[in-house]
Amino acid sequence: MFHTRWRIRELEFLDGINMNFWETFYKNKLALTGSGIVLLLFIVSLLAPLLAPYDPGQIDLRNVLASPSWNNLFGTDQLGRDVLSRMIWGARISLKVGFAATGLAIIIGVILGATAGYYSGWVDAVIMRFVDIMLCFPTFFLILAVIAFLEPSIWNIMIIIGLTGWMGVTRLVRADFISLRERDFVKAAKTIGASDLRIIFIHILPNAMASILVAATLGIAGAILTESALSFLGIGVQPPTPSWGNILTSGYANIDIAWWLSLYPGLAILITVVGYNLLGEGIRDSLDPRLKK
Amino acid sequence: MSGYILKRMLFMVPLLLGITLVCFFVMHLAPGLPTDLQTQMNPKSTVEMKERLKTMYELDKPVHEQYWSWLKKLSRGDLGISFSSDHRPVTAKIMERLPITIILEFLSLIIIIAIAVPIGVLSAVHQDSIFDKITGVLVFIGFAVPTFWLALLLMIFFGIHLGWLPISGLRSLNYEYLTPWAQFIDLAKHLVLPVFISAFGGLAGLSRYMRANMLEVIRQDYIMTARAKGLSERDVIYKHALRNALLPAITILGLSIPGLIGGSVIFETIFAIPGMGQLFYMSVMARDYPTVMGILLIGAILTLLGNLIADVSYALADPRIRIS
Repeated sequence: MFHTRWRIRELEFLDGINMNFWETFYKNKLALTGSGIVLLLFIVSLLAPLLAPYDPGQIDLRNVLASPSWNNLFGTDQLGRDVLSRMIWGARISLKVGFAATGLAIIIGVILGATAGYYSGWVDAVIMRFVDIMLCFPTFFLILAVIAFLEPSIWNIMIIIGLTGWMGVTRLVRADFISLRERDFVKAAKTIGASDLRIIFIHILPNAMASILVAATLGIAGAILTESALSFLGIGVQPPTPSWGNILTSGYANIDIAWWLSLYPGLAILITVVGYNLLGEGIRDSLDPRLKK
Repeated sequence: MSGYILKRMLFMVPLLLGITLVCFFVMHLAPGLPTDLQTQMNPKSTVEMKERLKTMYELDKPVHEQYWSWLKKLSRGDLGISFSSDHRPVTAKIMERLPITIILEFLSLIIIIAIAVPIGVLSAVHQDSIFDKITGVLVFIGFAVPTFWLALLLMIFFGIHLGWLPISGLRSLNYEYLTPWAQFIDLAKHLVLPVFISAFGGLAGLSRYMRANMLEVIRQDYIMTARAKGLSERDVIYKHALRNALLPAITILGLSIPGLIGGSVIFETIFAIPGMGQLFYMSVMARDYPTVMGILLIGAILTLLGNLIADVSYALADPRIRIS
């Protein structure tokens, strides 16, 4: 939340934007629920070795596809591994992929969006045409095509999801820059001879942080969904590394016997995505109450 | 109008070239060759055989030459020969599967409109009612549900637990021996889950969008005028407001096409439906370059056409919009 605080100070240049971010945020029950879920996920990922009742890779062939019981709360998979333990470790994967992929998308989006919005003219035209090309393309097809030809690994997945998810951020940042660059404080900075780089990163960018932060929070949710779909199709995180998506693959393979393999990991994805979405919308509503529906 | 359409179509050509260029190079620069996959599994394969395969598939040439020869073939309407063991032309492989995917997408678009529009309108008209709040929560969850997981749950519940619906393929094994009516029922039963799952992703988005549109329209002056001149609430909402709120939704439908096509990979694979998405998944796994390129191209064309149709029908439906 450091960024938010820092942003609020910068925001004093802008009129009409809510200065009492925390006050509004604390009153927003949905936003608090969202932050609770996200916080819980962080704790679970951090403490995975302590929380998981079993070793997630421990195979027990005498206890294959056991239904949920006190010994294995969420049952076991086709190799007798404890599903709950695998899910707890899987939380780490989804967190890593979500943050890394979104981080990459934000970096690309900010650089391209800032360039397009600040300089306008042909630079803007070229960048925005490129955005159009990327947007009018079935992204999931592209991700699949690329990832299947690369060695499927967690790193490649982060990179590919990031490389195909920056278009929205570019548009947002560009729009912010176009309106912000006409502000008096930018003109003032120019007058005293600040360089373009300085104006872009020190003066304008902090003021565009609100929409970036919101886009990032919602982007993490999207990246987690994409990762789980890829892992489900077998081209994401590879077994034996546990991820929510690849537990669902064994759920699909054993669909007629083991419902618990399908139900719980998907529920974890759903709750995680709901958490990030609530948090994102909460931040947006608190930063700028005018955006509230 | 026809001039505009022509211009847009011409603009699609460089766009498509750009897309194919990016895909082709990314695919070919990635490490690993399709020939590896075919030879690795075969203990009898020799280095020589590998080279022969490479020459046969023209993989020994530089990438830009390969792309050029792909383009030359494309200009004759030829997408090349599949690398898979059937060695059939890619065009034939795609064409036998494309109709299935298009029909599925079309059906799910109809479902999306039929469900999302009334939900959006009703929750806007009765803003803050219980209905509005419940649909609001459902929409929020709808945004977060992984569709493939929902597919699994529905398969378990309706297919295995209740046994009402078949969970894979488009036809039962005894399809050939059924009466035409029974064949229709059989097909319809097989379609229920795939079409619903494919539509699901679009439901949340469109209904929320319709609600926002409707809320905005209801506050307009002409709605107040309609009320002031004594029209019934029904006429005000369904004749004056609805029409205006529906217009922008056309664009959203056009924009949802890439998502639908992308989603077809997942649900066609899950439900074992012999459509384009499943072919794409299988070709990608087999590193069948020509087929993957062909499907990427068709997908891009469908998306661009969808956008064009959306823009044109928007202009046709709303006389205030003039395109030039």
